[in-house]
Amino acid sequence: MLKLIHIENIKTFYKWRTGIGFLAIGVLLPLMMIGMKLDMRHGPPAVAERTVRSLRENFFVIGSIFNGFSAAYFVMHSLWVHIPFLIALVAGDQIAGESAAGTFRISLIRPVSRTQVMTAKFITTLIYTTLLILFLGLLSIGLGILFFGRGDFLVPRPRAVLVLTEGQTWLRFGLAYILAIWAMWTIASLAFFLSTLAENSLGPVIGTMAIVIACLIISRTPLQLFKKIKPFLFTTYVDGWLKAFQEPIPWNEISSSVLYLGMYIFGFFALSLIVFNRKDILS
Amino acid sequence: MVLGTQSLSKRFGKNWVVKDLNLKVYKGDVFGFLGPNAAGKSTTIRMLLGLVRPTLGKIEIFGYPLSKSPKKALSRVGGIVERPDFYLYLSAKKNLEILGTLSGGIRKERIDEVLELVGLYEWANDKVKTFSHGMKQRLGIAQALLSNPELIILDEPTSGLDPQGMKEVRELIVRLSRERGITIFLSSHLLYEIEQVANRMAIINKGNLMVQGNVKSLLRDIKEIVVILKATPLKIAFDLLRKQDWVSSIVINKDSLEVKLPYNLISKMNAFLVESHIEVSAIMPKRTLEDYFLSITGNA
Repeated sequence: MLKLIHIENIKTFYKWRTGIGFLAIGVLLPLMMIGMKLDMRHGPPAVAERTVRSLRENFFVIGSIFNGFSAAYFVMHSLWVHIPFLIALVAGDQIAGESAAGTFRISLIRPVSRTQVMTAKFITTLIYTTLLILFLGLLSIGLGILFFGRGDFLVPRPRAVLVLTEGQTWLRFGLAYILAIWAMWTIASLAFFLSTLAENSLGPVIGTMAIVIACLIISRTPLQLFKKIKPFLFTTYVDGWLKAFQEPIPWNEISSSVLYLGMYIFGFFALSLIVFNRKDILS
Repeated sequence: MVLGTQSLSKRFGKNWVVKDLNLKVYKGDVFGFLGPNAAGKSTTIRMLLGLVRPTLGKIEIFGYPLSKSPKKALSRVGGIVERPDFYLYLSAKKNLEILGTLSGGIRKERIDEVLELVGLYEWANDKVKTFSHGMKQRLGIAQALLSNPELIILDEPTSGLDPQGMKEVRELIVRLSRERGITIFLSSHLLYEIEQVANRMAIINKGNLMVQGNVKSLLRDIKEIVVILKATPLKIAFDLLRKQDWVSSIVINKDSLEVKLPYNLISKMNAFLVESHIEVSAIMPKRTLEDYFLSITGNA
């Protein structure tokens, strides 16, 4: 199985489309940091203004409350809707891409089970997703500290002030990124499953984004009609990483969201196996 | 028996693409699998290689049922299904490394060997996207040979090649069979191709097996045949032959005659012409297999 994972990694990471996600983050993040740095010349950057405004209602704020951690938090918050697209771009191509290219006709005629091939592909998809989120995390925190320095982190929360020490902040970001990776594995699993149904990778990418956006709308719309569905939608839990910055950390809520998302990950993978094992390779 | 099918059938929707197919391929055979377009050849080959699930029937390869023991059944099989498609962004060598791993692990030297065999060693490290169609086809044969298979299943391996490329592939097939004792199952719509390389054949039409057996024996069953006759003087040969009641029809061309006569009377015609002081320089069957093929598939 390790050899299969190795060759799936070669196939995935040699593709130019795999680099798009890293390239997009690698270009966008420095631009955002530079933009925030330029904003700082006239006071706190616009992104921190809301936090500062609520604080000023009750406190005198002297000095800067915006540092590298604040920048990284903002980046994570604002890119959250876009990351699924970069993940679907690769995950949605895993099966459909090979169907379209016709390469299954040379790979699946070998003495290897489809379940093993699928498992290796799925693990590779999860590896890509993990690396992309880690890249986002390390680059945003790294650049944030480089541009704005370190220190205690003032968590922007409505009608409350939460100040985390630098030591605590590292741990909270660590937890947040673990939860973010888990949530993005769910999106990757969905795109991977849709990939088994399609003959080209455009369908799974668009399909994944359509499902994510539709579910997000249902999750976020305060209507009685949607209230009963909400707990069963994975999008209700994908922003669970935000819970890492609450005090005290709501471990029960985190556990249940991890469990729900885990069920989705397993479910999508199981469905992918069933579909692919029955699939006739015709293209 | 190396490969056998029992009542092999495949249905897509309401259409039976392959019906009740019983094939037998023996060790050392070059087995030609003929059929017109949409006859069910590719679907059959896909079923033999595990790409498509049969709706009904069984496939046995080296005595292992493909449905129950796919790994064992396919471990000694190489194949090409339609045109070989590769990971275009990877080199030829990297492609073969990947496929070798899927075959259970291949020595690195073996990759060089097969690239050498198909004449691609020089381009081993070039990306496949830079390859011509002929080079891809040769790489397809290289991947089929990678795991030292005892059975190679080839789906129209000369498709899209220029005449020289077709000749090279046919020669390679014959060489693999003669020198290495590899059993070859070869589908083609190029009828003369099968005649040139195969010792046994099956003909399929609209999913049904029309005939199966030894190529020479099957050809002997042909009642009448058209031969191209080159003789001097041509006009006298024409006048003599058209008066014979065993000649069904005769056409005179610029430098040859096309004579239709019973298959078993070709030697009699030759003797008759020689006795009549006609110099016979060539008697060539005209597309025998194709005529045969067309007559049994009802397209004549």
